[in-house]
Amino acid sequence: MRENSNTIIRVENLTAGYGDVAIIKDVNFEVKAGEIFVILGGSGCGKSTLMKHMIGLLPPVSGKVLIDGKDIVTAKGQDKIEILKGIGVMYQNGALFGSMNLIENICLVLEEYTDLPKDAMEFIARMRLKVVSLDGSEYKMPSEISGGMKKRAAIARAMALDPKILFLDEPSAGLDPITSSQLDDLIIELSRSLGITFVIVTHELPSIYKVADRVVMLDKNTKSIIATGKPDDLRDNSDNPWVRQFFNRES
Amino acid sequence: MIFVDYKTNNGELKITLKGRLDAVFVSKVWHETINKLASTKPSLLEIDASGVDYCNGAGAALLLQLKQKQENENRQFSIVGLRKDFEQLINIFDPGVVSENTKKSNSFSRFVKDAGRMCYRVLSDTKTEISFIGELISKLIVAFLKPSSLKLSDTFLIAEKSGANAVGITCLLGFLIGMILSFQSAIAMQQFGAQIYVADLIVISLFRELGPLITAIIFAARSGSAYAAEIGTMKVNEEIDALVTMGIDPIKYLAVPRMLAGIFMMPLLTMFNLLLGLIGCGFVMLSLGFSPVVYLNRIQEAATLGDLAGGLAKTLVFGLVIAGIGCFRGLQTATGASAVGDSATKAVVSSIIAIVVLDGVFAVVYYYVGI
Repeated sequence: MRENSNTIIRVENLTAGYGDVAIIKDVNFEVKAGEIFVILGGSGCGKSTLMKHMIGLLPPVSGKVLIDGKDIVTAKGQDKIEILKGIGVMYQNGALFGSMNLIENICLVLEEYTDLPKDAMEFIARMRLKVVSLDGSEYKMPSEISGGMKKRAAIARAMALDPKILFLDEPSAGLDPITSSQLDDLIIELSRSLGITFVIVTHELPSIYKVADRVVMLDKNTKSIIATGKPDDLRDNSDNPWVRQFFNRES
Repeated sequence: MIFVDYKTNNGELKITLKGRLDAVFVSKVWHETINKLASTKPSLLEIDASGVDYCNGAGAALLLQLKQKQENENRQFSIVGLRKDFEQLINIFDPGVVSENTKKSNSFSRFVKDAGRMCYRVLSDTKTEISFIGELISKLIVAFLKPSSLKLSDTFLIAEKSGANAVGITCLLGFLIGMILSFQSAIAMQQFGAQIYVADLIVISLFRELGPLITAIIFAARSGSAYAAEIGTMKVNEEIDALVTMGIDPIKYLAVPRMLAGIFMMPLLTMFNLLLGLIGCGFVMLSLGFSPVVYLNRIQEAATLGDLAGGLAKTLVFGLVIAGIGCFRGLQTATGASAVGDSATKAVVSSIIAIVVLDGVFAVVYYYVGI
């Protein structure tokens, strides 16, 4: 983590839900620039819902999500596009476009938002793939690569426009421990070397201990944050028994 | 602010970059710098980046591309004055050299390979199609012999979706076609004073050809494609694999009910289509001044029960074939979202071809049998 204490994302009084059912109530937290921030909690507590609100996919019932000082909830048109250009998102199963090879998947946003010549875009796409160690698979189709490779390719695609913030939805779910750990290394390296802020939704404990600078923990019953802090601290010192259970993997 | 400057000196090229090295900058100078490098072929390329106050992936791409071009030619390259954190960026991003043959192979050898693959694919497709048709028919016979093995509730649900729910559009098309055809033929017949024979013309052509054909095309477009898309999505989601590992035969579970629905619904839909076609024709006949009684008598005289039965018999086969092709294309689906679309398209295209070919076969058979 770089020594930088600027707040890059601020979530204020966010209440979110589907229809009449509230999933999260009145949540407040901040993410600092350059840190690896993990959102965690038990199954069905609204982690992914919270993330979808943070990237502006779903409109909240009330509250604000400020990304670099700008509210993504109310932003429209060009303003919203400017905010979205500053973030990259990796979806749970990669969400790579099945009809395009990896290079084309990455070039898509570059074609949309820059005037770079074709060979420059391809070069940038190859650079991104190299960073996630996918060099050699540039011209493969998403259906020809494994699940772990798809996730890495999705990270490469999310980085196409040099975003300051990367959102990762369950990056290590469904991966073997070695691949999962390589992915963790990649996240740490990208954070250190490029200063990218990471917001990660996960409940894989080993990966949380390894990468997280700070976590927030959501609770299904109170529909709010029950713990914030460093994972090691929470494991050893939390006054909430459920939190200690979670971090110690007890039932 | 953007600033680029080139200085050549004793076969050495010095490029000075200043400002924000981002996508906007790079898109402006990419071709210029690379062309400059290609035309001067310097023994040493030195980049003065001391004026660069920001550099992102696009900037790194430019610097790395220049470096690669130089190193490919075994010439010298150096960057001076680049800030430490940007220098690190370049080290992480260096994609190395891409061998040209991973990119593109020779166009002639590619053509030969593609042609070979294509032939192989067509042949193996034909083979799987034949074996699939055999499998379908054998399972359909089993289902007929042992109806208890069939999931009746599924069959009825599918029959409702692709039969009952299609009545509206089938009727509408029948009515309009009946009206349009009789109107068009009335204009031609008028010249001979033979307008009363419009009824003959329409009833024969509807019963024997148009009714079954139009209904079959509606069924292929509406339900055949839906079968392919639904089963294709199940294939993509590994639901078909789940069925197989549970010991449930996907053909029996998915294809047989659909084919039964097709066989039973097509004649019924065709009857609706014909009825409305006749009503449409009746409208035109009325407007030409013929009384309903005359029209009805004309119809009864012109068409035999054999015409109707012959037309409906065809639709049994059409229903079977359309549903079968829909299921077959669905089960053939590869992976990915676009594959589902491809399957639905293929299902409709092959169904329509099959309908027309079969219709021709029926015409020949009916001619020799004398129906």
